[in-house]
Amino acid sequence: MNKEIVIAGFGGQGVLSMGMTFAYAGMVENLEVAWMPSYGPEMRGGTANCVVILSDQKISSPIINEFDTAIILNQPSMEKFESMVKPNGEILFEASTILSPPTRNDIRQYKLPANAAAQSLNNKRIMNMIILGAFTQLNPILHDTSIMTALKKVLPERHHHLLPINEKALHRGKELIYR
Amino acid sequence: MSEKLLMKGNEALAEAAIRAGLKGYFGYPITPQSELLEYLSHHLNNRGGSFLQAESELAAINMVYGAAGAGVRTMTSTSSPGYSLMQEGVSYIACAEIPCLLVNVVRGGPGLGTIQPSQGDYFQAVKGGGHGDYKLIVLAPDSVQEMADFVYLGFDLADKYLMPVLILTDGALGQMMEPVTFPDYDVEKNKVDHSSWATTGKLTSRSQNVITSLHIEAEKMEDINIHLQKKYKTIQENEVRYEAINTEEADIIIVAFGLVARVAHKAMENANKKGLKVGMIRPITLFPFPTEILLTLSEKVDQFLVVEMNAGQMVEDVRLAVNGKIPVDFYGRMGGVIPQPSEIVDKLIQMDSSKTHSK
Repeated sequence: MNKEIVIAGFGGQGVLSMGMTFAYAGMVENLEVAWMPSYGPEMRGGTANCVVILSDQKISSPIINEFDTAIILNQPSMEKFESMVKPNGEILFEASTILSPPTRNDIRQYKLPANAAAQSLNNKRIMNMIILGAFTQLNPILHDTSIMTALKKVLPERHHHLLPINEKALHRGKELIYR
Repeated sequence: MSEKLLMKGNEALAEAAIRAGLKGYFGYPITPQSELLEYLSHHLNNRGGSFLQAESELAAINMVYGAAGAGVRTMTSTSSPGYSLMQEGVSYIACAEIPCLLVNVVRGGPGLGTIQPSQGDYFQAVKGGGHGDYKLIVLAPDSVQEMADFVYLGFDLADKYLMPVLILTDGALGQMMEPVTFPDYDVEKNKVDHSSWATTGKLTSRSQNVITSLHIEAEKMEDINIHLQKKYKTIQENEVRYEAINTEEADIIIVAFGLVARVAHKAMENANKKGLKVGMIRPITLFPFPTEILLTLSEKVDQFLVVEMNAGQMVEDVRLAVNGKIPVDFYGRMGGVIPQPSEIVDKLIQMDSSKTHSK
């Protein structure tokens, strides 16, 4: 198993922390993991992305330009990353922020109303966990318990009272796929 | 051994330094190295050391000179433009034979350049960097784990040979997160007695210890140079470290260090799947350079390919090692661009087919 994922959106959407949660959860499951943030000029322009690799073998190159999964949370990132998804790969994107959906027909597309779902749970900031839930439903490589263990590491302790709502968001994300 | 943690390369390096008994850190913030400084600013003072943010890189390296002169474990860290500013001090420390650890988290240059990863400072790292005939031991990690491991190794080598050791890494390794474990390291057991030269206050039982890099008489200065060169020769004979992969059956050997070695490793795997016979040498010590293994391999293989994130710097050392025996080709990206495995595979295919044509 080797899963190469890019997560991209605006700063503040939880792009980097979502990637970190993936990486931590992978480590909890004894996978090899690498997390590479964008820290260059694009970060300073307000957009952010990170690459996460989960693998059951040693990760040779953490620098990649083709992805199995792209999680896209804003339009500029869709334009940048759509062409970099491998054939038969997948794009998960947030429904309300993407105006022009992907045009490729050799990839799977999942349009997720994650912002709306987050609002219905009365917490806009858990949108990223909803997407993460959808990803784990599509790709059963990370157990929910590992993700919750990971979240405890990623979230500062003062935010640990938010763990239950995050768990709810995780399940809400799964429902978006199997309903 | 510590539990497995997920950390940025910069943070892992900082944590390892504390665990290795770091007493004095002096530095100045610069991207992409700043997490190292931040981490130490949070933790070092509570864990047995002193953290000080200097007013400049020039000040920082001279503070290192002073504190390391007291014989305690001392370090600084910076990124390319900052490392250039430190060169006067590094030369002084090398001449005065003071152990310390330097870290350059390289970014794309020349000039202020970019904050993206690069290996453009290879020459500066291995050929001296400052004025005069001196060398540093240069360690090149290729993972977050090695970012931590080479701190212990670096301090131990610095103490053993009384000289600065440089960890030459890059912005990507500094910024990326990977699992890391910290070894059990006994600071007391690894402590070296520096009382014969360290300036820790004069005792009545001995004469003054003096640290200086100023020796006005030419003959005296030459003696010091001869002594330094002898030391560097000993290091060349004893401290070479490299990783050899698939070298037995290879037609082409890739030589790459640091982050690029991992990209090259992927390229090697992909090329071998396409039926090429590619192996790899990853220099871990850039000085001392793994000259001998390259010379030995030049008897067995057809070609070398050196891949770097610069315009071609280590390739000169590979050509020196091989001494014209076989062709040494080069592929590089510059200015903060990281080569992709596919680009290297294309280059390997091109090299392989040109060989077939010439037969």
